[in-house]
Amino acid sequence: MKGTPWWRNRRLLPLLIQAAVGLTILVVIAFLLGNLVRNLSAAGLLLSWRWLNLPAGFDVSETLLPFNAELPYWRALLAGLVNTLRVVVVGLVGATVLGTLVGTAAFSSNALLKRLARAYVELIRNVPLLLQLLFWYFVVFLSLPDGPAALRLPGLVLAKSGLYLGPSALVDGVWQGPARITLEFGALLTGLVIHSAAFIAEVVRGGVAAIPGGQWEAARSLGLTHRQTLARIVLPQALRVIVPGLNSQYISLAKNSSLAVACGYSDLYAVAETTLNQTGRAVEVVLILLGTYLTLDLAISALMNRLNRLVQIQER
Amino acid sequence: MVLNLRLQLACSLVAAMALGGCASDEGGLQSQKLALIKGRGELICGVQGTLPGFSSVDSDGSYKGLDVDICRATAAAVLGDPNKVEFRDLNPSERFAALASGEVDLLSRNTTYTLSRDAAGGNGLSFAPVVFYDGQGLMVPKASGITSVKGLSGKPICVETGTTSELNLADRMRELKAPYTPLKFQTSDQTYAAYLQGRCVAVTTDRSQLAAKRTGFPNPEAHVLLPDVISKEPLAPATVNGDPLWSDAVRWTVYGLMQAEELGITQTNVDAKVAKAKANPNLADLRRFLGVEGDFGKQVGLSPDFVVRALKAVGNYGEIFERNVGSGSVLKLERGLNRSWKDGGLIYSPPFR
Repeated sequence: MKGTPWWRNRRLLPLLIQAAVGLTILVVIAFLLGNLVRNLSAAGLLLSWRWLNLPAGFDVSETLLPFNAELPYWRALLAGLVNTLRVVVVGLVGATVLGTLVGTAAFSSNALLKRLARAYVELIRNVPLLLQLLFWYFVVFLSLPDGPAALRLPGLVLAKSGLYLGPSALVDGVWQGPARITLEFGALLTGLVIHSAAFIAEVVRGGVAAIPGGQWEAARSLGLTHRQTLARIVLPQALRVIVPGLNSQYISLAKNSSLAVACGYSDLYAVAETTLNQTGRAVEVVLILLGTYLTLDLAISALMNRLNRLVQIQER
Repeated sequence: MVLNLRLQLACSLVAAMALGGCASDEGGLQSQKLALIKGRGELICGVQGTLPGFSSVDSDGSYKGLDVDICRATAAAVLGDPNKVEFRDLNPSERFAALASGEVDLLSRNTTYTLSRDAAGGNGLSFAPVVFYDGQGLMVPKASGITSVKGLSGKPICVETGTTSELNLADRMRELKAPYTPLKFQTSDQTYAAYLQGRCVAVTTDRSQLAAKRTGFPNPEAHVLLPDVISKEPLAPATVNGDPLWSDAVRWTVYGLMQAEELGITQTNVDAKVAKAKANPNLADLRRFLGVEGDFGKQVGLSPDFVVRALKAVGNYGEIFERNVGSGSVLKLERGLNRSWKDGGLIYSPPFR
């Protein structure tokens, strides 16, 4: 080492440069934060969280978590979060099932089914989600007939007053059943599932296509049917390719659920928006929103990474 | 898209605060906002945009309405030209962030004047005088047979999110101990679409707005306003708190429109009145009001004849009312509380003294 000046020291120099760049970034961030705090306090908008304990004064419809206007803002936001989780969890299951069916239909020997799957994916993928949600809510669900004219399907009644699951009956012109889903939730769920399923279908199709043709041929020569081949041979192997792709689709679905406000569903975003308006605490509310969606997506990511580790080939 | 815009607004607020220089308070007659507007040569005014009578786009593509005329009067007072206004349509949730971040200079968007919106510890706005005294009402289909708020117990009610209507509804229903389902939408178009599709039995907002929206319904006669008025809704333009001179300029421009009605000065006779004031040194009140003598204009950061400019652009308050929402419009609203105090109403300007 002796004799090498420090500015030509190949080990020291990169460290010095990194330290300098790091320091500069820190100084810039500190400057911006300091300025932010200074200007926010000058405008009387300095971060404060006390308002979270004040009574909200507004109502939230269809809450799983009991809520009324006397409860504080944080309870309103929590009720909104639970509503978001409800639509995300049900949506993930629905989109996965539908997406897998459509994705595997691309390998069906039935030409009609194959083309239908293709058309579905192309149609849904190329129309903005917001437009689809507005379509489902305002054009489809709100046009449902009410009372005796309601659409009756086996185990499901579609009426303007809601979607009734299970054996339902008309009592005094009002439908009554064991489970009622509101049109808002129904429209949001339908929109999210159908939208996400199109993307998931492509991920599944890609995964299945990545399995060498020899696997299909080998399965067939062993006498397995098409369905057996798909379920027992191809899909389990395809999971290795599918899972990482699914991860980002799941995250998208969670984020897209914030479009709920377009069809009148009280999710976290809708409640936060009302809160923002009533309290005027724009920065705090947006920070809460950012933090919550970030946490939600990171949680989904963590789960999917776990699953990914499970489906990878365990080499010894 | 909607989400992006909202986040963008909130983010631009943060960014503006982080990057903005430390505003130096030099005192005296300094207004950053006035200087900015004059430099830009244009006033940016936040409006509702789809509310007939208050602010909506006409068939020829220009904005019309009472709220719009307040913007035009202000532009005329500040810049001398009522057409130097850029209108921005804002929904209830965007409006305060848009004002706070400086996206708009003036919010003239049927906004209710309340404590929490005015307070520095709340939304921190600075309100101009009330330009429309309103009250919240409910509209139901005539065929529903509902005649009072009590009849709405247990029913879904459509309301726009982020409005005082939403809170008043919650308060009244709580008082009546009546359960209900609030269906909240982000824009008024969605709210009324859901109502017209029959998703809710009633829609609630300010009565003037219900009347205005009803004119656009396919069958306006099939809908009635319930007699109950469940709140008071004084609608006022607002500016951001922290630029007193700019707030004064807006406030006194609006008062000028009201004072002119009281003095019988209209869009058509304003020139004659100015000539009369100039010729007659004894008419001190009129001379001061029209800027022939004194420095009232300067005191609020405007030119001496700012009231004359505003009047030439849009006429006095009474003319603005009748043209947009009163007898000269499709809404045909009574002046009611919005008469001048001399006729028993609430429209009252402090003296130009």
